[in-house]
This record gives sequence, structure tokens and C-alpha cells, in this order.
Amino acid sequence: MKEFRADLHIHTCLSPCADLEMSPRNIVSEAKRKGVQVIGICDHNSAENVPAVEKNAAREGIAVIGGMEVTSKEEVHILALFGSEESLFTFQEIVHEHLHGINDEKLYGEQVIVNEEDEVLGFSNKLLIGATDITIERLVDLIHEHDGLAIAAHVDREGFGIIGQLGFIPEGLPLDALELADPSKRDCISQGNRLPFITSSDAHKLEDVGRRTTTFLMEAANTVEIRRCLSGVEGRRMRI
Amino acid sequence: MTKTLKDIAAALHLDVRTGEHLLARTVTGGYAGDLLSDVLAHARKGSVWITLQTHTNIVAVASAKELCGIIVVNGRTPEEATLRKAGEEDIPIMVSTLSTYDVVCQLCEMGVKNGEGV
Repeated sequence: MKEFRADLHIHTCLSPCADLEMSPRNIVSEAKRKGVQVIGICDHNSAENVPAVEKNAAREGIAVIGGMEVTSKEEVHILALFGSEESLFTFQEIVHEHLHGINDEKLYGEQVIVNEEDEVLGFSNKLLIGATDITIERLVDLIHEHDGLAIAAHVDREGFGIIGQLGFIPEGLPLDALELADPSKRDCISQGNRLPFITSSDAHKLEDVGRRTTTFLMEAANTVEIRRCLSGVEGRRMRI
Repeated sequence: MTKTLKDIAAALHLDVRTGEHLLARTVTGGYAGDLLSDVLAHARKGSVWITLQTHTNIVAVASAKELCGIIVVNGRTPEEATLRKAGEEDIPIMVSTLSTYDVVCQLCEMGVKNGEGV
């Protein structure tokens, strides 16, 4: 087994609130420079820049976990991480069917879709900053039906965090992990389910890539191994 | 004059989804909020709670804070599980087609206010 330093929550220039400099090439070279070996790409309610990041990362020996940060009906942010592009884009179709509204670039920012050379392919016109009409229970089930990992994002932040929005983590909600924006807040989070914690950067600008990482001791950098790590299967473990 | 949930439901044409038999409850004030953590921190006992959230956790919050009932706004549909839980916990849930602001305005006009009572 091997240790992998992972930052599983990074936005690209597809997210309206992220800097335009968050291009696939820049993200990959920043991760490389900081010694991050696994990056999770999680734009708001969309995954269209994942393939371009993957192509760049492959050249640099960095593993990419493709995903998105989905906003549930209750306006809770859930990270959905998938093992294959096929699952990711099938899931994206469902999310887009449940996401209503059109983006206003002047108000919310541009949503740039790029290729592996950082060339602009187009703009998403969906209201990616908006909320889907999928309940949190259904959302977690949908992620699992597509073999993904469902991680409650920044649970220590009031806005869009599961505890801020819903008061407490609903009993029996089968999340795979909780993400902390600040790992020192670990003991402030009360939960009955004893879910494992990860931490990641939630980077919206380049300098934040790799600012927070989780180190996984596992066989390989993929969602199957991360899932095993989260439940401590056969000596696998993690630290934040 | 003391207002009950029944008075409010009638005046605001609320669609009572659970707790029809509990509408004689007195409304001692109101709280509006969609961040459940905030409601847990600030809502006062006996208040009616105005929210757009429909998740089952609203029942637990209302129960923990001993709120008299919940008004769900914008014609949103509470989840089945929420209605079931509300039935078990004796929390009336009523739906309004109005927005939070308009519901609060109407409650104010009826004299539902925090403080010295209604």
C-alpha cells in the first residue's frame, strides 16, 4: 500500500464563483507543485471540465476523481465522486434535469467549459449556482446507485453545510464521509453516525489548490480504494 | 387578543397537512428562518415557525424548541416522511401559497407578535 495526498474538492472555471485562472492546466500544475497526488474536481452541479483536467493530469502522473458538488433541495452541498466518466455523466444528466434556471453572467459569473489546452469550448447556460429539487436522501441514493461516494461538504460551515441547513445530520442518512473546511473543528461536529472525516481545500482560486489535503493509505488512487479507506478495510487508513 | 393556529389557518387560507386536531394551540409569537441551525438557536417556545424547508428535520427542530406549528411557504410540498413524523410528534404543518414575507406581514396584521404576547 502507498500513501496518497488528496485534495478532493477543487472547482474549475466552470463554477461561476471560481476564478477564471482555474483552468485544467493551471490546476494540474499547481497540484503537482504542491505534491498533491490525487485531485477531485467538483464544480457546482456540473462536471463538464473533468475530461480536460484528466487529460492534463495523466501527463503529470496525477490521479483525478471526477465529481461535482451538488446542491440538494434543502440547499445542502454534497460532494459526489465517481469512478468513471460514464457514471459521472449519467449522473450529471439527472442533476441537470432537476436544476432549473438560466445563469446571468453579470450577476453570478462566467461558466467556462474548456478543453485540455485551456481553450474555451463554450459556456454553460445553466444556473449552476442554484439548487436542484432533489431531496438530500434521494441525492445520496442516486450517487450510490451510480457507484459514487457521497460526502457532505464543509460540514463546519453554516451556509450550505448540512448541519447549518438542517440543524443536525439526519439519522441514518448513508453518507460516506463528512468534509471539514477546517480540520481543527473535528471535535465540534456532533454526529450519531460516526462518519469518517476528510478535509479538502474547496479551492476557487489557484493558490488554494492543495491548501488542505487528506492522506489516504491505500492500494491505488480510485473511488473503490477511497471507499475502502473510509471504512478502514484491511489496514487502509486515512488522516486529516 | 389571543390567536390560535385555527385563527391563523383560516385567515391565511392555509392548507393544513397534519395536526388538524391540534389547531386550538395558542400562538405566542413567530419565527421565520430556513437555516435550521439558526432556528434551533433562536426560535422561542410557543411560536409558529415560517420556513421553506420541508425535510423531516423540521419536525425534530419544532419538537425540540416546542414550537406550536410550522407554516411551509411558497406552496412547497412537505415530504411524506415529514408529514408522517409530524403526525407522530404532534406538530401541525400548514402550507401557504404565499412567500415568507407575505405570511409574516399577515401574521403581524393579525397581531401575532413576539414579546408581551398576542
